[in-house]
Formats: sequence, structure tokens, C-alpha cells
Amino acid sequence: MRLTQGTFSYLPDLSDAQIRAQVEYCLQQGWAVSLEYTDDPHPRNTYWEMYGNPMFDLKDAAGLMAELDACRKTFPGHYIKLNAFDSTQGWESLRLSFLVQRPRTETGFGLTRAEREGRRIAYTTHAYATDRAEGERY
Amino acid sequence: MRDALDALERELVGLAPVKTRVREIAALLLVEKLRRQVGLQAETPPLHMSFTGNPGTGKTTVAMKMASILHGLGYVRKGHLVAVTRDDLVGQYIGHTAPKTKEVLKRAMGGVLFIDEAYYLYRPENERDYGQEAIEILLQVMENQRDDLVVIFAGYRDRMERFFGSNPGMASRVAHHIDFPDYDEAELFEIATRMLERMHYALDADAAQALREYIALRRQQPRFANARSVRNALDRGRLRQAKRLFERRGEPLTAADLTAIRAEDIRASRVFRGGAGETH
Repeated sequence: MRLTQGTFSYLPDLSDAQIRAQVEYCLQQGWAVSLEYTDDPHPRNTYWEMYGNPMFDLKDAAGLMAELDACRKTFPGHYIKLNAFDSTQGWESLRLSFLVQRPRTETGFGLTRAEREGRRIAYTTHAYATDRAEGERY
Repeated sequence: MRDALDALERELVGLAPVKTRVREIAALLLVEKLRRQVGLQAETPPLHMSFTGNPGTGKTTVAMKMASILHGLGYVRKGHLVAVTRDDLVGQYIGHTAPKTKEVLKRAMGGVLFIDEAYYLYRPENERDYGQEAIEILLQVMENQRDDLVVIFAGYRDRMERFFGSNPGMASRVAHHIDFPDYDEAELFEIATRMLERMHYALDADAAQALREYIALRRQQPRFANARSVRNALDRGRLRQAKRLFERRGEPLTAADLTAIRAEDIRASRVFRGGAGETH
């Protein structure tokens, strides 16, 4: 199952040239770009690992692309996303975030039913990937 | 590009050999670009440079101009200058250097990385020095990401020669060596008057004479840093002028009083009494 998250989630994956163009746009807006990776694809997992520091002083997309290459080499089977943070007062939050790498096979999610009192049923989604230990998932 | 070259000519005093070399490099790059347009050669010419010369001879200023020239020609995408020294590149413990150097390189991508006093990167007397690691990362990026950034090394002439001598890999990747000559007295005086103009101060004839004498004396002294020493001298002159005006409390001050630097403001310097001009 193909994971959809963040901006452009219903578009096909962006090519490197398209990623670079997006980063150029972010830098023009004065946003700081950063990379994060994870192997826990649950949509409510907000705790992705940072790859290096956010690049606050970047002037050109080449710096991020070099970092992205290094990140892909280190984590060839993880999800990697790119974040652009706007530090302007009042925003102080992410303005753009999209996936730049996904595992070759995405195992998807299962629906778990929990039976509660009075025949009530509670549902929860469960990523099959997380059945295995961290680092062995993809 | 023409604007940047004209600005170089107009705003910098003296430095004739430097201007000629910069013009030559600019011409080469322009021709290279035209050749590429007709499909003659596709490889980026090597652009990394080394600026050698004594302190205060305008290396950083020329580097900034160089960045805008390269930007005008399309050899760097953004045209900003990131000026660093050893401290910004080399870490203090194992594993600290590579991230630090890479951080700086990332910031400099699309522009010019200016490494001042580059010879401090290489310390042969300490074989466990982390500078070598920074040099290796630099070399790798200089070679593989030529389109992304241009590196300019700067420092004293003799020490830079030794640095390149002991790092042949570095020497062979630096294509242009530009040597910055010291300024003569007339040029230093010209620089001083331009600085004062920019700060909206004026010299009368006496003060100009005093400044000329000051420059002649200061040049003979140790730790003379060309234009930087002149600027420091002017800053101290402004200080004395302010003190002089402050002590006249009660009398009205005119605009002319506020802009005038008098001979006494300059002659009060220790240089005229046989002392060193700067204590650092």
C-alpha cells in the first residue's frame, strides 16, 4: 500500500529535479529545510528521526541535495521526508513537507478490532512493518 | 558582470596586478561560456583560486567582487560569499570535523567559500591534527561539485606557498593564483580619504598633511596591516574628534564642526611619539 503523507501526497513521487525546484522555492521564501527519516509508517507517528540539523543558513538547493544523497545512502530502505520550516512570527511552523524516499515494498496497514463491553467494537490501524524490530522492517 | 568589473576598477585603489588578473579570469570565463554555447567544450573550467598577500590588502573585498563576477557569468548560482577560518572547519574532537566542514560547505553551495589563513588547516607538527580531515573533505567537494561552489584560499604569500607545497592535491586543484601587493603611501592616503568620505568626515589641509606623515611613519612600524591599519587610525581619529567636541561643552556645534577632523586629532597618535600605532 502506497503511503500518502504531506504535500503532493496524491501526485506520483517527485523526481530529483522536481525536489530541487521545490527546495529552491522554499529557500526563496526564507524557510529552513531539513530531512527526517523513519521506518514506522503509521500516519500518527510524528516522531521521525532528524537527519542532521535543519539547514537554516542554506542559500542553494545543492546543499540539501548532497545531504539527501547521503541520507539515502545511509537509509536505503526507510521513508525520508523533507520539511520546510517558516520561522516568521505568527507562522513558526512547517509550511511544506513531503516524502522524498519510500521503501521499495510498502507492507501497508491492518485493521485491528478490539471487543469492548456491551458488544462495542474499537478499531485501530496497525502497520505490519512494526511487527519486526526497528532497523529490520524494510 | 561588466558592472562588477567596473566596480572593482572604481572602488579599489591601486592593486593594478590584481585587477589585470581578475580581468583575465573574467575574460577567460566569458570566452569559455561562448565556446560552450557553440558546443565546443562542456567541462567547467577550474575556478578555485588562491589570494596571497599581506593583511589589509583587500583580499576579502576582491573575493566578494569575484563572487558577483562569477555570479554574473553564471558560474555560481547564488553569488554569495561565505568567509571562514580554521575554527569554522576543524572540530575539537574525533568525529567533530566532518560534520562541521560539511555544514560550512552546505552553506557555501551556490556561492564562493573564502577560507582565510588557509595554511592553518594543515599542521604538520601535529600528526593527529584534525585539519587534514577538513582538507580531504574540501578536496573531495572541490573536485566532485565544481558546479556548486568555488573555493578561494587566502593568506600570507610565503605560508600559502608552504601550504600548497605540502598539499600537492590542493595545489593542483587551484587554478588561479593572485598576488596582492602592498599599497604605497599615496594609495593608502587615497584609501583614507575615500573611507572618510564614506563616513562623512572631511580633512582640512593641515589634517591631510598630518595623515600623510602618519601613514609614512606607521608603514615603517611592525604589524602594519595596510588598509586595515589606516581604518583603525581613522577610527581613533574620530574618537579624539568626539572627545575634543565633547570637551567644548556649552558652545554651539555646527555641521562643519561635526564633520571636520583636524590635524591635532591625528597628531595625538602615539605613532608620532615613536610608539606603536596599535596595541594588539
